[in-house]
Amino acid sequence: MEQLVDIALLAFLGATALFIVRLRNLFAVVMLAGIYSLLSAGVFVELDAVDVAFTEAAVGAGISTIVMLGTLALIGRTEQKSVRPHPYALVVVLVTGAALIYGTLDLAVLGDPQAPAHQHVAPRYIEESGQEVGVPNIVTSVLASYRGYDTLGEVTVIFTAGIGVLILLGGRAKRRREPKEREEP
Amino acid sequence: MKHHRILRVVAKLLIPAILLFALYVQFHGDFGPGGGFQAGVIFAAGIILYALIFGVEQARKVVPPPVAHVLVALGLLLYAGVGVASLLLGGTYLDYDVLASDPVAGQHYGILLIEFGVGTTVAAVMLSIFYGFAGRGR
Repeated sequence: MEQLVDIALLAFLGATALFIVRLRNLFAVVMLAGIYSLLSAGVFVELDAVDVAFTEAAVGAGISTIVMLGTLALIGRTEQKSVRPHPYALVVVLVTGAALIYGTLDLAVLGDPQAPAHQHVAPRYIEESGQEVGVPNIVTSVLASYRGYDTLGEVTVIFTAGIGVLILLGGRAKRRREPKEREEP
Repeated sequence: MKHHRILRVVAKLLIPAILLFALYVQFHGDFGPGGGFQAGVIFAAGIILYALIFGVEQARKVVPPPVAHVLVALGLLLYAGVGVASLLLGGTYLDYDVLASDPVAGQHYGILLIEFGVGTTVAAVMLSIFYGFAGRGR
């Protein structure tokens, strides 16, 4: 049953990605990107990573779609005719894809308890976070307490990105001031 | 979208529920899935929905852009401030054990505070970016 759900989700993901590449109507592309995020959230739920799924659904399918729609309102909704892709591009893509797939052969099997990732600090978090942190959701105790410094870095990234976007988009206040300066003399 | 009556009625019903759900996700993150990141995004989505249905000018009255800009920095400052507080109380940076007499209670306070900081910054950044886009359109 789980495998059927996996195959269905992956098939939908593939189909959505294909349509995103083919379509020229950017409004449809934005909507499909939201659907893609929602499907990824479904994959994460299937992997029992509900916290990640929650974030993906809220950020990917929710806010990103709105921000991209806001961009469309500024730039128009049809993609300009693209230049014919260079034949070498296909070679580069194929070689990179083959290398990545070759890399997955060395990955641990999904859910393997002997995988290195589950041998390092994970057992300690699972066994002792109950006494040390006392929070039932281990994801929260790892995110906020054990790895609190990393999360501080993540929030700083969001802060910096937000400031950057505001500087890029916030040209309105300056323009409003300019005519006033001219009126003064 | 002022004349879409169905949208307006449904949005009026949904927005309080969305904001309440954001607060639930924010403060219930210790027990279930969720936390500051998700709560901040959901809270901002509620305000953005309000802006889409009732107009950006109305939303600017609810959360003025300068307030959102200040909140962007305040959330991060709260997070970093918890770390400084734990330093001053004799622990290491972001070691919540020293925030209360009982280490587990200290961890609870610490996690609650920093998650609130995360939520504030994320919600304010999302809202500021949305205001930025909405302001360019005119």
